[in-house]
Amino acid sequence: MISVLTPLPVLLPLLGAAAALLVGGRHPRTQRVLSILVLSAVLVVSGALLVLADGDGAAAVSVGDWPVPLGISLVVDRLSALMLVVAATVALGVLVFAVGQGAADGDEETPISIFHPTFLVLIAGVANAFLAGDLFNLYVGFEILLTASYVLLTLGGSAPRIRAGITYIVVSLLSSLLFLAAIALVYAATGTVNMAQLAVRLADLPAGTQLLLQSMLLIAFCIKAAVFPLSAWLPDSYPTAPAPVTAVFAGLLTKVGVYAVIRTQTLLFPGGALDQVLMWAALATMLIGILGAVAQTDIRRILSFTLVSHIGYMIFGISLASQAGLAGAIFYVVHHIAIQTTLFLVAGLVERQGGSTSVDRLGSLATASPVLAVLYFVPAMNLAGIPPFSGFIGKLGLLQAGVEDGGWLPIVLVGGGAVTSLLTLLAISRVWNRAFWRPRAQSPEGDTFEAAAADAGPEIQPAAVAADAPGAAGTDADGGADRSADADTDGDAAEGLVGASAVAAPGGRRTARQAAWKRHAAVATASTPATDGFGDEQGRERPLQPLPRVMVGATAAMVAVTVGLTALAGPLYGVAERAAGDLLDRTPYISAVFGGEDVP
Amino acid sequence: MTPTVVLPVIIGGLYAAGVYLLLDRSLTRVLLGFLLLGNATNLLLLSAGGPSGLAPILGYAEAEEMSDPLPQALILTAIVITFGIAAFLLALIYRSWRLVRQEVVEVDEEDRRIARRSDTDADEIDPDDLAPEDRSAMHADTLAADDEVERRLARHFAGIPSDDVDLPPTRRADR
Repeated sequence: MISVLTPLPVLLPLLGAAAALLVGGRHPRTQRVLSILVLSAVLVVSGALLVLADGDGAAAVSVGDWPVPLGISLVVDRLSALMLVVAATVALGVLVFAVGQGAADGDEETPISIFHPTFLVLIAGVANAFLAGDLFNLYVGFEILLTASYVLLTLGGSAPRIRAGITYIVVSLLSSLLFLAAIALVYAATGTVNMAQLAVRLADLPAGTQLLLQSMLLIAFCIKAAVFPLSAWLPDSYPTAPAPVTAVFAGLLTKVGVYAVIRTQTLLFPGGALDQVLMWAALATMLIGILGAVAQTDIRRILSFTLVSHIGYMIFGISLASQAGLAGAIFYVVHHIAIQTTLFLVAGLVERQGGSTSVDRLGSLATASPVLAVLYFVPAMNLAGIPPFSGFIGKLGLLQAGVEDGGWLPIVLVGGGAVTSLLTLLAISRVWNRAFWRPRAQSPEGDTFEAAAADAGPEIQPAAVAADAPGAAGTDADGGADRSADADTDGDAAEGLVGASAVAAPGGRRTARQAAWKRHAAVATASTPATDGFGDEQGRERPLQPLPRVMVGATAAMVAVTVGLTALAGPLYGVAERAAGDLLDRTPYISAVFGGEDVP
Repeated sequence: MTPTVVLPVIIGGLYAAGVYLLLDRSLTRVLLGFLLLGNATNLLLLSAGGPSGLAPILGYAEAEEMSDPLPQALILTAIVITFGIAAFLLALIYRSWRLVRQEVVEVDEEDRRIARRSDTDADEIDPDDLAPEDRSAMHADTLAADDEVERRLARHFAGIPSDDVDLPPTRRADR
């Protein structure tokens, strides 16, 4: 049973991608249905794999029935099955969102015939990386998902995306080359790339060689996982991509790196030689990432920086190398994949509703779209770790594991984690305050006639103008005329409103004032913005369209998933703890691959 | 047998040249550097297979005389991947050249903007101290001249007389 199911999460999306490419140009509708069906099937298969792996323990499949150390093996244990389920869930949510966006926009934003096959290839790469039983297959999985991500990131080929894409590609290439060189050295030192075999053979190497191999692998994976100081590429490249692409990148790609770090630190090099370094890196990632988020004004950039920052939590859990720490890290990975994807989807909706993702230009979103406000607020509080949500449970688990460990460095990290959580709250509540609660009028972009007229307040109302006039007259150039005008009684105010054009005439000053007030009123009550013929009207005041239902539905479903993580936190944390136990034990993985025989 | 010194020297040379090129801002050089690094890594994989031997084909050579076939398989995969990505990168460089007439790694403008931001709060800033383009839209100096205001008002609200009462200017002059 498990041997049939295991290759499917890789095979199905690859075959689906081929089929989607074939039908792409002529039958976009068939293509959408096809890719959604494929991903649903992947989700079902992953769910079955998780149930099987959690019930029976790890299992391995030798592709093509080659004898074990020679062929490619795919391994499903609790960790990889859990990652597969979460990855398939968010991928499906993002795909439905993208379908909704494509249906609403036509094909100009996302050339749909390319998007769907590439997206499926990306998922195949992610699944392959999670299932890979040898290092080179892991490399191939990374390359599949990275190549697909290059295409997705530069979709449409506009100048900012090309700029962002080049940074991203060059950095990814460098990390891939490092990984490949590390594989070469691992093979030279041990004569195998099978991870289960490596787990046994690497232990016999001299300590120095081990350290070199471990640090090369870790550097390569930490670039992919965006661990500080190797994280600078992420906030530069992610925000420019289309919303669904950013969402799936933020959710999945960095977590594949984290997954690889987990495997390196537990299966391949369980000695904990670099734990101290990882802890410092985790602390720096958390703090510097979140300080970056606080400084930003663009929602997508804020989210990119919080993404970097919260990777630090996972690295912290891994570097503790205890069961509690690893369990916390695994739970946090699951939580963070779902939450970060959801928030980026919400950012896509915000951009649609408000016409921008810069908090300086947004305002009044809570009144404009209360649904959107709820969709932002719930995952945002979840990200910051407000108690009922899974973010709190994950952080609590990690902080408890840190306190249990008892060393001074873990305690420092516990403090850093708490500070990061608070700063996350600051960053996202600033978005909430400015984009959702602040009246649009107060934002710099809201400097419109209406706002000005409203802000001008009582002093330009006729009665107040008359009362103010003696005080103001002293500064006026024609103060004398002003004063004489004010000597008139209020009785003839009504007739002065119409038709007067002379400013020079005595009493004309008052008339002019009233005409000005009338103009103010005309401006303030104008139903359409005035045009001055300069041609900057279009795009400034987009008519408020209702958000496409499919996109809102997909985002709401993702929010429901993130909230559901809280409800399922008990069983989920149980799986995470058992997975962490397996990781530390290492024998389930090794004996799954070698079937109980002696490892050659 | 004695290990050859040629491969490590070539690998080291390729790595050095590749890293040097990768540090350049010009994308073509980055691509060339990437290709050199890729070749260096492939050679590293090849040398990881141990001493050279006969072609690893059953019936052609004895098992002891064969060279290790696995690194060769890995290299083939890596070459294909490098080839594909180099092609994609070339297309990207061409696109960048078409779009902005340059093929260098560009500066992220948003980064620059954030870095330039003053650390004072907006409330503490005197608008007159700001550069004209940073002033808020409603600041008096952002309009070209008073008569410009008058002309625009006359155009929009014909029939309503103008005066010099403090009116909101209609729009930034520079837009």
